[in-house]
Amino acid sequence: MAYTDPMSGPAVSDTQPIVSLRNVGKTFDSGTVALAGLDLDVRSGEFVALLGPSGCGKSTALRLIAGLSEPSSGVVETASVRDDIGFVFQEPTLMPWATVAGNISLPLELRGVPARDAATRVAAAIERVGLRSFADAHPRQLSGGMRMRASIARALVTEPKLLLMDEPFAALDEITRFKLNDDLLALWQSLRTTIVFVTHSVFESVYLAQRIVVMTPRPGLVARELTIDASHPRDARFRTSPDYAALCRATSEALHAAIGEGGA
Amino acid sequence: MTLASDRILRLLLPAIFLALSVIAWDLVVRVFDLPPYLLPGPGLVARTLVEDWGVLSAALVVTLVTTLQAFLLAAIGGVLLAILFNQSRLLEYSLYPHAVILQVTPIVAIAPLLLIYLPQQAAVLACAWIVAFFPVLANTTLGLNSVDHNLADLFRLYRATRMQVLLRLKLPAALPHILAGLRIAGGLALIGAVVAELSAGSAGAGSGLAYRIAESGYRLHIPRMFAALLLLSLTGIVIYFVLALVTHLTLRRWHESAARREA
Ligand SMILES: Nc1ncnc2c1ncn2[C@@H]1O[C@H](COP(=O)(O)OP(=O)(O)OP(=O)(O)O)[C@@H](O)[C@H]1O
Ligand SMILES: [Mg+2]
Repeated sequence: MAYTDPMSGPAVSDTQPIVSLRNVGKTFDSGTVALAGLDLDVRSGEFVALLGPSGCGKSTALRLIAGLSEPSSGVVETASVRDDIGFVFQEPTLMPWATVAGNISLPLELRGVPARDAATRVAAAIERVGLRSFADAHPRQLSGGMRMRASIARALVTEPKLLLMDEPFAALDEITRFKLNDDLLALWQSLRTTIVFVTHSVFESVYLAQRIVVMTPRPGLVARELTIDASHPRDARFRTSPDYAALCRATSEALHAAIGEGGA
Repeated sequence: MTLASDRILRLLLPAIFLALSVIAWDLVVRVFDLPPYLLPGPGLVARTLVEDWGVLSAALVVTLVTTLQAFLLAAIGGVLLAILFNQSRLLEYSLYPHAVILQVTPIVAIAPLLLIYLPQQAAVLACAWIVAFFPVLANTTLGLNSVDHNLADLFRLYRATRMQVLLRLKLPAALPHILAGLRIAGGLALIGAVVAELSAGSAGAGSGLAYRIAESGYRLHIPRMFAALLLLSLTGIVIYFVLALVTHLTLRRWHESAARREA
């Protein structure tokens, strides 16, 4: 594990970053300064966790990357993946009137993928998240964890180059969360997609990410970057290993230091 | 209490109350020996309904047709206007206040004017439409605007066209509101038709149920008044239940208001 200066960038790979935020600021009309001077690079194939306390601007940063909101200052550069982004919201955000299959096929239908082609890809996506017997169920008939899996399947159905996830497992119980963590890592390994994962859980970020970006609250900016160099695939053994415990302690200290530095 | 017994109670209790009311009505008429021109008993009203069925059923058809036409026009007009308003803010700002004005001006006061400028049948229809379309417009507008923000963002992320957003997101999201608007409009279309018929009736024409009520009133044919009133009331009840059924069938798969949750 290594501490790196946020300005010098991580030493994960030397390819061009596919996401690059330079000195990004976001001030809302209400006067809230959510982000100020945020710098972030994400390289192809990386699994990056954005870690920070509530209200530090993690969701705001993710929405800027997705192009769902415009920065007040600075530059957000995502040109190479602009039209190839999957987004998993904090809530499942499913259309209640559509079945699980209908929800998952939405991105394909909006893009005009031929119905037969779409059907096979939807079936594969449903299979991937283990919802096969619930393909024709409506969201209200699913448990919270199943809804989240449907939401993840929808984001994955286009096999996006960049997958943005906003605390997707925050509302779930620990057992379900662990299971979905493992599923997500397996998917990441098999699809080789790039993932930016927002969380406020130290343990989750260490378990999942190759690199953890620790943010300070108000205004949000990058305080520390930590490289988690434990090899993938990671599993329950990793979760109980002394290595994992040490990484969590170090990350936790970094987070507390960042909170101490913040203006709040 | 189990669901089944709860259901039976909900049907049985109003039926018992109705039966008791009719018996009380009959008793009052008999005990005080009231003449039919003051208060006819339920038996006489039923007999009149059968004997005058020719006149009354013809009137019923006229009122039903007006109500149905007004309802359909209100449904189509209300939904289309709401969609237009939703697509163009300028149009909404220009026209919505006038829709409100039309709504808050008592229809009884507008009806005589309409009867001067429009042919009889058109005026009646226009009255019923004015009363019925506003709840559809207001509810659909509310529904189109109450789309989940994250879902809207999702559509934006996948570069959905305006048409896709309308058809696949806004209209389905608005459906429960639209149906609520239609349920109100069904009842109001009947009220509008009745008000218009009454106004038209005094102008010397018309043949719907409301006109028959007014006409029977002038002739002191009170049992027929009651019979026509009974038919109007039944019409309202049928409209209510048909629309409630349509709502239930449309929403039962997914909306909280219609789907029964198993505990
Ligand atoms: N649409 C908005 N309008 C005004 N202020 C906003 C808006 N969205 C976010 N904010 C403000 O920006 C700040 C950062 O919000 P953001 O949602 O990015 O935090 P977060 O790090 O995702 O927090 P959490 O972990 O609680 O989800 C907060 O102070 C919030 O009040
Ligand atoms: Mg957030």
